[in-house]
Amino acid sequence: MRSRAMSDVQLTTKDVAELSRLLTAGDVSAVDVTRAHLDRIAAEDGGLGSYLHVDPDAALASAAAVDQARSAGAELGPLAGVPVALKDLVVTEGVPTTSGSKILEGWRPPYSATIASRLADAGTVLLGKTNMDEFAMGSSTENSAYQVTRNPWDPSRIPGGSSGGSSAAVAGHLAPWAIGTDTGGSIRQPAAVTGLVGHKPTYGAVSRYGLIAFSSSLDQAGPMARTVLDAALMHEVIAGYDPRDSTSIDAPVAPLAAVARTGAEGDLRGVKVGVVRELGGEGHTDGYEPGVLARTREAIERLAALGADVVEVSCPSFDLALPAYYLIAPSEASSNLARYEGMRFGLRVGDDGSHDLDEVMALTREQGFGPEVKRRIILGTYALSSGYYEAYYGQAQKVRTLITRDFTAAFDGVDVLVSPTTPSVAFPLGARVDDPLAMYAADLCTLPASLAGLPAISVPSGLSDGLPVGLQIMAPALADDRCYRVAAALEAVQDAARGHRLLDELPSAAGVRA
Amino acid sequence: MGSNRSMSSISREDVAHLARLARLAVTDEELDRFAGQLDQVLSAVARVGEAAVADVPPMSHAVPLTNVTRPDEVTPCLSRDAVLAGAPAAEDGRFRVPRILGEEE
Repeated sequence: MRSRAMSDVQLTTKDVAELSRLLTAGDVSAVDVTRAHLDRIAAEDGGLGSYLHVDPDAALASAAAVDQARSAGAELGPLAGVPVALKDLVVTEGVPTTSGSKILEGWRPPYSATIASRLADAGTVLLGKTNMDEFAMGSSTENSAYQVTRNPWDPSRIPGGSSGGSSAAVAGHLAPWAIGTDTGGSIRQPAAVTGLVGHKPTYGAVSRYGLIAFSSSLDQAGPMARTVLDAALMHEVIAGYDPRDSTSIDAPVAPLAAVARTGAEGDLRGVKVGVVRELGGEGHTDGYEPGVLARTREAIERLAALGADVVEVSCPSFDLALPAYYLIAPSEASSNLARYEGMRFGLRVGDDGSHDLDEVMALTREQGFGPEVKRRIILGTYALSSGYYEAYYGQAQKVRTLITRDFTAAFDGVDVLVSPTTPSVAFPLGARVDDPLAMYAADLCTLPASLAGLPAISVPSGLSDGLPVGLQIMAPALADDRCYRVAAALEAVQDAARGHRLLDELPSAAGVRA
Repeated sequence: MGSNRSMSSISREDVAHLARLARLAVTDEELDRFAGQLDQVLSAVARVGEAAVADVPPMSHAVPLTNVTRPDEVTPCLSRDAVLAGAPAAEDGRFRVPRILGEEE
């Protein structure tokens, strides 16, 4: 094995495509790359709070196994030896998995999620499990039962949520990329507010087997990365049919990395881009920060300059996406979270002989769940209760149809739809924690694609007051490649214009220690 | 649940009832806090009632798959010990659970 040709700092700033090249060429070892990230985690994560669990010995052992196989001449995939972080709702055999909740504290699952197995089979090295809002319910990661996670751009602000541990780790260079999951925006919004690329795949494109369920008709896992190409590389690994998920789509995965590479050439001639009026357009700017709207306008102008045909489209039902989502998701959650009854795994409280089964369940759930989870279980129980079901859950399901019809009509005339990813830049920690409605407003732009099950990517569009802004690109079902193509073009033209990547403007990591 | 209140209104008593249904032993302080917050959230989400959807079919799922089946074949599953290792209490190779029936039952 060669000596360490590159310093730890150099290795942690490499993107995955570059690490893959260096590892395959034998210029660096998997152990070097892994150790560089572990060192940075040890130095910085006390301040950042992005990981819930890191096992350096296990990570170095898997890295060493990759190096050994490579030096023995084994045929390894291009990603072998690249470290990865997983959101803590991805079930991993023998590795603590909490979903950010005290009710699963100390649980070591007896099996692995399909996506965790696929990443392991590709030879990637698990660095650790990242912090998140409890059961993925939140937009700031402040609903984690364990710790606060800070935004590497400004440690006094949120990293987004619910995949905020993943966004902070990747933006802070504590992982080259990470898995997030998205139910109403939980990949896209944290990616937007930390200057990353985050893609929510078409519903059913990525297996949900072994992902701790929040709202099963909406949950999707996807990549969070520093470049569009890296996101595409991860997408290709995790996507594809899985017989263990009955909602998995049996369709081939498009060659997304190739699409990202071609897209970066910047030719968007013949691509029709629809700007959604209801998401920050004229007459719909309430709650949107001027800086976010300005970056969005500039990004759209760049797409037009690359040859895209830009038109405004109206999707009137999107105005009802937020109320529909906040009925459907809590309803499904109230059912999904019924499994946490303290009998088969996880926490049990009050089993001292003086409480019967029902009381033990109620005491366990009371102690094991945090306030946002309780609020949503109660709301969902209400929306599903007899006498209210039709007016709330039933009505929300019909609105879901209207939103899907708006998308179908829009995609008759355009190839992709664009909007801001989220109405504001990262807000200060604590600012919305006692105001559920203000917190929910962070999902305003991401909810329509979630409800319709469509692919959507967030790609950086610049800074507003020194904080990242994201552009959302949505496409029809199974046309994830369009998201990658347009995002890659925008990323390339912006990088060329500023002469460097947006993340290069990240303030010194020393700030994270504050 | 009181049916004399307006649709989008949720009282402290409603929250207590719902919490019982959902097996949550909420505290008095939580009841006070949640009632106010849930009432606010419910007023906001009640806007779904404004949609003209009389003839619109409900959508439960984005993937129109039904009756997904697999061959009825025996496949390996987790071992008993692996499953019980995660249980809060196990005894004689089984989950140990609290008393289910009252003494008089």
